[in-house]
Amino acid sequence: MARLVQQLINGTVLGATIGLIALGYTMVYGIIQLINFAHGEIFMIGAFSGLYAYNHLIPEALRQNVAVTLPLVMLAAIVASTTVAVLAERLAYRPLRNAPRLAPLITAIGVSIALQEAIRLFYPGGKNRQSFPRIISGDTFQIGGVTIAWTSVFTVVTAVVLMLALEAFVNRTRLGKAMRATSQDPETARLMGIDTDKVIVVAFMLGGALAGVAGVIQGVRFTAIDFHIGFLAGIKAFTAAVLGGIGNIRGAVLGGFVIGIVEALATEYLPRGSDWKDVWAFVVLVVVLTFRPQGLLGEQVAVRS
Amino acid sequence: MLRGRRQSLRGTPRAGAGIAILVAAVILSACGSNKSETQQGADGGSEKTVKIGVIAPLSGSLTALGLGIKNGADLAVRQANEQKKIKGWKIVLSPEDDTAVPDVGANAATKLSDDKAVMGVIGTLNSSVAEKVAPILNSQKVVMVSPANTNPTLTQGPDPNRSIRPFEYYFRVATTDLIQGPFAANYAYDTAKKRNVVVVHDKKTYGQGLALQFKAQFEKNGGKVPAVETVEPEDQDFSAVLSRIKRFNPDMIYFGGEYPAASLFTSQADQQGLKVPLMGGDGIFSGTFISVAKAAGEGDLATSVGAPTDKLPTAQAFVDAYKAAGYADPYEAYGAYSYDAANVIIAGLAKVLDGQDKITDELRPKLRQAIQDGSIDGVTGKVAFDEYGDTTTRILTVYKVEKGADGNLAWKPQETKEFK
Repeated sequence: MARLVQQLINGTVLGATIGLIALGYTMVYGIIQLINFAHGEIFMIGAFSGLYAYNHLIPEALRQNVAVTLPLVMLAAIVASTTVAVLAERLAYRPLRNAPRLAPLITAIGVSIALQEAIRLFYPGGKNRQSFPRIISGDTFQIGGVTIAWTSVFTVVTAVVLMLALEAFVNRTRLGKAMRATSQDPETARLMGIDTDKVIVVAFMLGGALAGVAGVIQGVRFTAIDFHIGFLAGIKAFTAAVLGGIGNIRGAVLGGFVIGIVEALATEYLPRGSDWKDVWAFVVLVVVLTFRPQGLLGEQVAVRS
Repeated sequence: MLRGRRQSLRGTPRAGAGIAILVAAVILSACGSNKSETQQGADGGSEKTVKIGVIAPLSGSLTALGLGIKNGADLAVRQANEQKKIKGWKIVLSPEDDTAVPDVGANAATKLSDDKAVMGVIGTLNSSVAEKVAPILNSQKVVMVSPANTNPTLTQGPDPNRSIRPFEYYFRVATTDLIQGPFAANYAYDTAKKRNVVVVHDKKTYGQGLALQFKAQFEKNGGKVPAVETVEPEDQDFSAVLSRIKRFNPDMIYFGGEYPAASLFTSQADQQGLKVPLMGGDGIFSGTFISVAKAAGEGDLATSVGAPTDKLPTAQAFVDAYKAAGYADPYEAYGAYSYDAANVIIAGLAKVLDGQDKITDELRPKLRQAIQDGSIDGVTGKVAFDEYGDTTTRILTVYKVEKGADGNLAWKPQETKEFK
C-alpha cells in the first residue's frame, strides 16, 4: 500500500511539471492552431534565467533567505520566459499568420533549435550541465512509510495554484472571455471588436510565464539544469496536451497527471517497467485516442471553414 | 501589386548576397587547396603537413570529458612539433565535435576520412559513437586509437565466446568492460563487503555492457543482484525507479552509465532516504559528478582505467606540461590516455613518414602495422596492443568521493590493481 501511495505521489509530482508546460501548448494551439515546438525551450530559458538571477542579481548575503530568493528567481524566470515567448510570436509566428499551416510549424522547430543553441553558446558555461541552487530545503518527511520531499510539496502546490489561477483568469475576466471567443471563432471575434492580435500575445505570455515557473521548479527539484532539458519536457508536455484534448486547459493538466502517474505505476508494477515506462505513457495515448480521438476532455478549437 | 513589387525589390539584394557568399566560398576553398598542396609538396623547403583528427564530445552534457581528450591530444601534438619528432613534417590536429551522438560522430568520421592528410584519429569517448565511427575510418584505412571506449564488442566482435576482430584499424588504450565490470564487482564484494546490489543502466552500449559484466561477476562471487533497472540517459526525474529500488534494501547501487544521469540519480536517491553508495565505471568518474551531486555524492565509488594520473611518477611530466600549456579545462579522466593515444600515432607516423615526400594510400597499412607492433612508454604506463587492438595493460583503480583536507569533495583513489 505504501508503495502504491509512494508511486502515486511520484507520478503526481512529475505530472504537475508536465501539466504546467502542457498549458502553454494547449493555449496557443487552442487559439491559433500552432503546435509551438519552441515551448520546451521557453521552459529551459526560464530555468537558466532563474539561475542567472540567483548568481548575479541577488547579493550573496541574501541568498540563504528563501523569502527573498524564491520570489526573485521566479520573477526573473517569468520575465525572461514571457519576453522570449512574446518575441518568438512577434518575430517568427506573426509574419506567418496567414501562411499555410506547415510554415509556422517548421518555424517553431527552427525557433526551438535557435534557443537551445543560444543558451549553449552564449550562457556562461552553458555547454555543461549547470548546478542549480537548492533554494528550498532538500529534506524529506515520512508519513506512514511514504517519503515526501519538501520540493515535491512545493512543486504540486505551485502547479495547482497556478492552474486554478489560469482557470479563473480564462473564465472570469474580460480578457479571458476574449480568449475564449477568439479560440471559438477568430473571424467573428474580430468583427465583435476583439483585438485578436492582443489575445494571441496574451496566450503566449501566459504560456511563457507558466513555463518559466516550471523551469525554476525543475531546477529546484533536481539542482541541475542543462540546455537540453526543454526537449524531453516539451515532448512529454505536448503528449499530455494531446491526451487531455488539445486546446482544453483542464485537459492539459489532467493529461500531465495521467502521464506522470502512468510512468510511475508502470515502473513499479509492470515487468521490466523501468525499461518501458515511456512506452506505456504512449500506449495510454494511443488507446485513449483510438476511443476518444478528441482526447480525454475533448478538443476545444475553432471550426474553420 | 504593391506587395509583389516590394518582394521583388527585396529579392535583389538577397540574391546579390547569395552570389557574394558563393564567390567567397569558392575563393576560400581554392585558397585552402592551394595551401595544402604547397604544404604537401616535396620541394620548396617548407614543412609537409600530416593531420591527426580528434572525435569527441566538445559540446553537450559530456563536454568535460571530451575537452580533456582534445587537450591531451593537443598537448602531445604540440610537443611533437616542438621536438620535431617526425622529420620534415608538421602535425596538425583537427578536432571534430561528436556531441556524444553516434550519427554526428559518423559525419565527423566521414569528414575526416575525406581529408587525405588525416592519417589517424583519436577518439571517441562513447562506445556507442565508436560503433558508428570505427567502420567508416576502418574502410578508409584511417587508424583510430580510442582513449576511452570500453565496450568489448569493438575489438572482439559481438560473440563473447568467439572473438573476431571487426576493425583492423581500431585500437584502444583503455581497458574493456570485460575487465572493468568484474574488477568493480570484486572490489564491491571483497573490499567493500557488499552483498545485495541493485544494478541500474542507461541502455546505452557502454552502460548496459558494463552493468551486465558487473552483475555476472558479482553473482559469481556469491553476491545477490535482486533487480536490474534501466533509466533514460536524458531523464531528470528518477523518483519512480528509486521508490521501486528501495524495496530490495540494497547495500549498494551499481550504475552503468555516465555522470549526467548518475549525478542526478545519486542525489535523488539520497533525498528518498536511500543512503547507500552508488558505484559506477569511468563514465561517472568526472568532477562534474561531484559538483552536481554535492553532499549526496559522498561515499560514491567509481572505477577508472589505469592508475590515477596525478599519482603516477611517469605522469608527473604530463601533469606539469598540461598546467604549463594553460588549458582552460582540466584533463579529467581521459586527458592522459588521449595524450598516450596521440603519442602512439605520432610514434607510428615517425616510422612510416620518414623519407616520404607525400601521403599516399600505401602508407596507411604500414602505419597500422607500426602501431600494432610498436610499444611506447606512455604516461599511463607501457602502451602496447594485443591481436584484437586492446591494450595489454589491465590496470584499474577504484576511486571514492571523499572530503579532502580543504573540506571539498573530490575523487580519492582507493585501490590500484592489475586485473588478472
